[in-house]
Amino acid sequence: MSVLQNILSTEFIYMWIRVATPILLAALGAMVCSKAGVVNLGLEGIMLISSLFGVLCSAVGGNLFWGFVGGVGSALVVSVIFAYFHLVLNANATLCGTAINTAATGLTIFVLQLATGEKGNSSSLHSFSFPNVEIPLIRDIPILGDILSGHNTLTYLALLMVLVCYLLMYKTPLGLRMRVVGENPHAASSVGQNVVKIRFIAIVLCGVLTGLGGMYLSMGYMDMFVRDMVAGRGFIALAACSMGQATPIGALVSSLVFAFFDGLSNVLQVLQLPSQFVQMLPYVATIVGLTIFSIQKSIRAKQKMNKIKAG
Amino acid sequence: MAEALQMKNIVKVYSNGVMANKDVTLCVNEGEIHALSGENGAGKSTLMKILFGEEQATSGEIYVNGKKVNITSPQMAIGLGIGMVHQHFMLVPSLSVTENMIMGVEPKKGIFIDRKYARQQVEEIGKKYNLYIDPDKKISELTVGQKQKVEILKALFRGAKILILDEPTAVLTPQETAELFEELKHLKESGYTIIFISHKLNEIKELCDRITIIRRGVTMGVHNVADVSEEDISRLMVGRDVVQKIVKDPAHPGESLLRVKDVKIVDETGTVYVDGVSFSLREGEILGIAGVEGNGQSQLIDAITGMGHISAGSISLRDKDISGASVRKIRSMHIAHIPEDRMTTGVAASLSITENVIADKLSWKRFVRGGVLRRKEMRAYGQEMVDAYQILCKSQDVEIGSLSGGNIQKGVVARELSSEPLVIVANQPTRGVDVGASEFIRHQLIRARDQRKGVLLITSDLNEVLGLADSLIVMYEGKIVAYIQDVASMTESELGTYMLGIQKQSAAQIKEALHED
Ligand SMILES: Nc1ncnc2c1ncn2[C@@H]1O[C@H](COP(=O)(O)OP(=O)(O)OP(=O)(O)O)[C@@H](O)[C@H]1O
Ligand SMILES: [Mg+2]
Repeated sequence: MSVLQNILSTEFIYMWIRVATPILLAALGAMVCSKAGVVNLGLEGIMLISSLFGVLCSAVGGNLFWGFVGGVGSALVVSVIFAYFHLVLNANATLCGTAINTAATGLTIFVLQLATGEKGNSSSLHSFSFPNVEIPLIRDIPILGDILSGHNTLTYLALLMVLVCYLLMYKTPLGLRMRVVGENPHAASSVGQNVVKIRFIAIVLCGVLTGLGGMYLSMGYMDMFVRDMVAGRGFIALAACSMGQATPIGALVSSLVFAFFDGLSNVLQVLQLPSQFVQMLPYVATIVGLTIFSIQKSIRAKQKMNKIKAG
Repeated sequence: MAEALQMKNIVKVYSNGVMANKDVTLCVNEGEIHALSGENGAGKSTLMKILFGEEQATSGEIYVNGKKVNITSPQMAIGLGIGMVHQHFMLVPSLSVTENMIMGVEPKKGIFIDRKYARQQVEEIGKKYNLYIDPDKKISELTVGQKQKVEILKALFRGAKILILDEPTAVLTPQETAELFEELKHLKESGYTIIFISHKLNEIKELCDRITIIRRGVTMGVHNVADVSEEDISRLMVGRDVVQKIVKDPAHPGESLLRVKDVKIVDETGTVYVDGVSFSLREGEILGIAGVEGNGQSQLIDAITGMGHISAGSISLRDKDISGASVRKIRSMHIAHIPEDRMTTGVAASLSITENVIADKLSWKRFVRGGVLRRKEMRAYGQEMVDAYQILCKSQDVEIGSLSGGNIQKGVVARELSSEPLVIVANQPTRGVDVGASEFIRHQLIRARDQRKGVLLITSDLNEVLGLADSLIVMYEGKIVAYIQDVASMTESELGTYMLGIQKQSAAQIKEALHED
């Protein structure tokens, strides 16, 4: 009973949105890449690197602006390296992505130690975070105000990005070109489009979005960098992207689904279930969900067929 | 007359060392339809890709409207007013006609695509050139003929004045071809220059003004089409006389091999593709299936070969029911299948010729010992196939996708005919294959028949079906409308009346196709 009460509380829903933010940002990045026909497995690493450099640059620069520049900048650098190896040197995308993830773990700890002398977290640094925003009118609506207002700037930015990504992919020439390149690169090159260039842009855009997701972790969700703080969110974002069939709205919905179970696992800890079991839930739920979805689909197809045979 | 285009002494060596063009010269006049002919692998597509900037010539010069140019990208070629319709479609199936057309030259309103204007432009250009296609349809919903139109419109939309058409008719039905020719003639009258590639010599005679012939990467000469006969053209192409007429002994059909009974095929949306079709394929005969494309033939073939389902009825091989069986099961019962679309279901393009021809023979002891492949044996077999089927390639180890279109087709035919089949389902077996090689493939099919195998032949080439098939069924709107026991007595025009549904045989006559007594 208490679990249900917990879930229905405004705090839970507020937290749910908070947890969803980094997954959503990275999932949108993954969506842009996958539409353009690039599998970017390096999201996890990009998030980790940008979360560290955001913190470091804001501490060194002495304000949030430099933190923003550092976080997005580092994500861009890594993305450009990925794009160069994958697109120009024709290296396998899976390998490049895995390399980024592996390198990121070591690199962040190394740089963290150089900067702070510690290997665990950046609490000794005075770094800056993105502020929370109270939305004037909405804040005063009873329950809704508590849920929708007072989130981090990046959370609102993430929601805005869903719209921006939608417009980009479906309403602009660049989006059309990306979709063409993703589905049939020959069709694009045969009318004079530069496939490498378009994919490069997609990877860079993905880097920016993913970098924002990483920065949210260390400059919003928490206010310091902790080693390995991404904890699989990059991979969850990839899953959310494909579960959402690589569309912006789909990415939003599936990010929310993942985040819900993530939040639920927090609540369920009250029940004194083993924490490993609880942490498994989001993944099990996804698999079960997808299985039910496809079974239903095939049942419906069969029913239709039977109707036709009978008729 | 002004020369629209000149390509002089073009040499092209691919990075893998294949010399596709040794010395090719092509001059095209403004406002003419110029045919480019040559065997499979002669270097036609390569030459056109060079002109369109997709490949760079190793040496040679190109002049467009008298000016020397160096075309380094398709973008540049488009800028010079050159448009190309490729041998294999360059379309995005999940996008609409409009999106495919405007891609790269999108009309804009601010930073967004101006959809309304784009749609209107697409509609207008279609009407202007008599090539109307619904702008909102998805490419995947179009027929092959309509896709071809979209490809041509795509080029025109980008302002092409010189149109390259690389085997545009290979995938079209005779009706669609006739329609396309009308449209091309119309374009020619409006001042467009067209380069036309085809292996069908009668088409060249009908449509083109002049012809350039290439053999093994070297130009063999330019002729006025009116001055040369089809025999002359094929001799120049192949270097020997080609017998265009198909010669074979009368068939002596025996027992029934493949029996299709009351088959009905319906999809989830309720569309009926095949409606109560019954026939039987006997050993020692070539049974043709004629019909305008889209009258259920594809679905029927898919069902027979295990690639599609049936909703009612039965299909059996020597009294063993095979309806609904898997492709693997059906193949293991010795039914071979030369599929219609070689690029999607015929080959694995990035694998070698060897790997492609043994793909269905992995259970042969010769190639596997103790679960491990025997490379040496495989390669030797690959070489055998390349020699036997005259596949033009550097070696049996090259990617099959890098071969010319016709040679890829020969690879598919080689694999299927060498699989010790009982029944051969040949769907457009000579599509895109040159005259010499078509002759060869047809001979192989006749030989298989003489060895008491059954051949089910589906082709949109009327000459082929009339010349090769012993007996014939005609399909119209999912039903058999005629069964002709002796094809020799049939004329093309009579066949046409059945195909268009103008004439229909009696139920008793059609029932004979089943050979049930
Ligand atoms: N991308 C490539 N890499 C290597 N070799 C190639 C490539 N494309 C074509 N070739 C080779 O160049 C030769 C000429 O091929 P091309 O496609 O120009 O022939 P074609 O005249 O168009 O033949 P078809 O009538 O069969 O289409 C062939 O031997 C082919 O194997
Ligand atoms: Mg070709």
